[in-house]
Amino acid sequence: MNAGLLRRGALLIWTALVFAFIFAPIVSTIVFSFNADRFPSLPWGGFSLQWYEAIFADASVQRGLINSLIVAGATSVLATFLGFAAAYVDYRYRFFGKMAYTALVAMPPTVPVVILGVAMLTFEGRVGLSGTLTGVTVGHVVLAAPFAMALIRMRLADLDPGIERAAWNLGATPWATMTGVVMPFCLPAILASVFLTAAVSFDEFMIAWFVSGVNETLPVRVLAMLQGQVSPRINAIGAIVFIVSMTLVVVAQILIGRRLGRRSKEA
Amino acid sequence: MPDARSTQTRPLAAPVTSSARATRWRFAAFWGLPPLLWQFAFFVVPLGFLVAMTFWSVKSFRLTPDATLANWTFILNAGFFRNAYVYTFWLAGLTALLASVIAFPAAYTLAFRLKPATRRFLVFMLVVPFFTSYPVRIYSTQIFFSPQGIINAALHPFGLGPISVLNTPAGTVIGYLVLTLPLVVLLQTFALANVPRTLIEAAHNLGCGRLRTILTVIVPSARVGLIVAATFAFVLAFGDYVAPLYLGGSKPPTLSILIADQVKSGNHWPRASVVAVIMIATLIAVMTAMLALAYGRKGGKR
Repeated sequence: MNAGLLRRGALLIWTALVFAFIFAPIVSTIVFSFNADRFPSLPWGGFSLQWYEAIFADASVQRGLINSLIVAGATSVLATFLGFAAAYVDYRYRFFGKMAYTALVAMPPTVPVVILGVAMLTFEGRVGLSGTLTGVTVGHVVLAAPFAMALIRMRLADLDPGIERAAWNLGATPWATMTGVVMPFCLPAILASVFLTAAVSFDEFMIAWFVSGVNETLPVRVLAMLQGQVSPRINAIGAIVFIVSMTLVVVAQILIGRRLGRRSKEA
Repeated sequence: MPDARSTQTRPLAAPVTSSARATRWRFAAFWGLPPLLWQFAFFVVPLGFLVAMTFWSVKSFRLTPDATLANWTFILNAGFFRNAYVYTFWLAGLTALLASVIAFPAAYTLAFRLKPATRRFLVFMLVVPFFTSYPVRIYSTQIFFSPQGIINAALHPFGLGPISVLNTPAGTVIGYLVLTLPLVVLLQTFALANVPRTLIEAAHNLGCGRLRTILTVIVPSARVGLIVAATFAFVLAFGDYVAPLYLGGSKPPTLSILIADQVKSGNHWPRASVVAVIMIATLIAVMTAMLALAYGRKGGKR
């Protein structure tokens, strides 16, 4: 009995330590972004917003933020459209080479981003896209579309194929069935994937670093700042990026959670 | 795209006119083609281009299409490349092992010891790191382990330290763990949660001790998931650029640092492409081997 308690305690402590290791960098980023001292160490040097004031006054950070938002916005719409299309095709059709088709759409996240970055740079250099926000967006869509596909495909798994067939039999065209039945059913997943793919793009730094040229996105700016000396301004940017991405992810999570909640109520 | 499902229902449907069939084909093409074309144009073509570029040459700082093996022979014979390859492979392997071992007790606790609501919350928490800037997390880690940082401040009263892991391989591995540990805990938790409870209870009823149950019942049943988790850790660490640069001080450089250096400062894209292609080949080989390990032997469970 005592040994069992000890074992349980040891497991809980170990788990707490693992979570502490994972979350310490995130928590300290936020905490030290409000610290008055230049070098982040304990004891705490007093509350201050000076690092936030510093980054909001920094034109390069402002431009980076705007660029990131543009790229994330464009990426989320395009990636969600492509992800939806691929998920629907996987759900609806059977054809020769379907495995290859879904694999092609799903594969990019398994390739290291440093390699995707080089490949994008060499290719986009040829077609005149490198150094533009369009070029960054193109790379981000490739990377983010698989996530959209996975999210929407999970939702479609709950749609009885018979419903679509019933609509056709009642005379609805495929287009009417799509906009009247399939899309409304997938709406939570579609919205979730808009937010999720925006978050993927907003945090992506490697492809953007290779491709963006002078049009730096915010993570690329951070990467450049890391080369320099220790500065709590990095913490302040990190905290802002954290708030933006977490808002996106939490909204996505709520949209997916609503679906799960509804399904479990039906069951 | 032929449409197998709808043909089954044709007798019920209105007679299929040729214009309806045309509509159906247009509909299928509208949804089927964009993902295909996009991923082909912006994923397959760039990677294909990368492979082609390994045979190009650089003449007076200009890229020239060519069919030379010079880049391959240069890289494969370069001592710095061989060292970087062995070093990167070894460190990524070590990370996969360490992450798996460190994560296992935590995943075990999450899967078997906590209430479902707590587990769900912690699983959601584990998703959070994927959406926080990884470079910023590495920066924070760098501060923690710096000579005046929190770790050394905490060790000092105990008469320990100062420890200096920054700019050493140990620093790189710590960074790799920052990157991979959340994913490994997550995947292991899913793998363990899928082990049938009845199997574990049966083992206990038959007098199998806890540790023995873990080693002979739980780990083999969750084998596929555990191996997939380790494989992801390897893949992520193998390709990472930030940890070896900022925590490892790129001493010695890893393959991704070689690529970035060749592209950004060396301006020798064909050589960088050779390194990239070798990395992809290595990852495919590792993933194939790991999948064989996961599904092969003892029949495995699919």
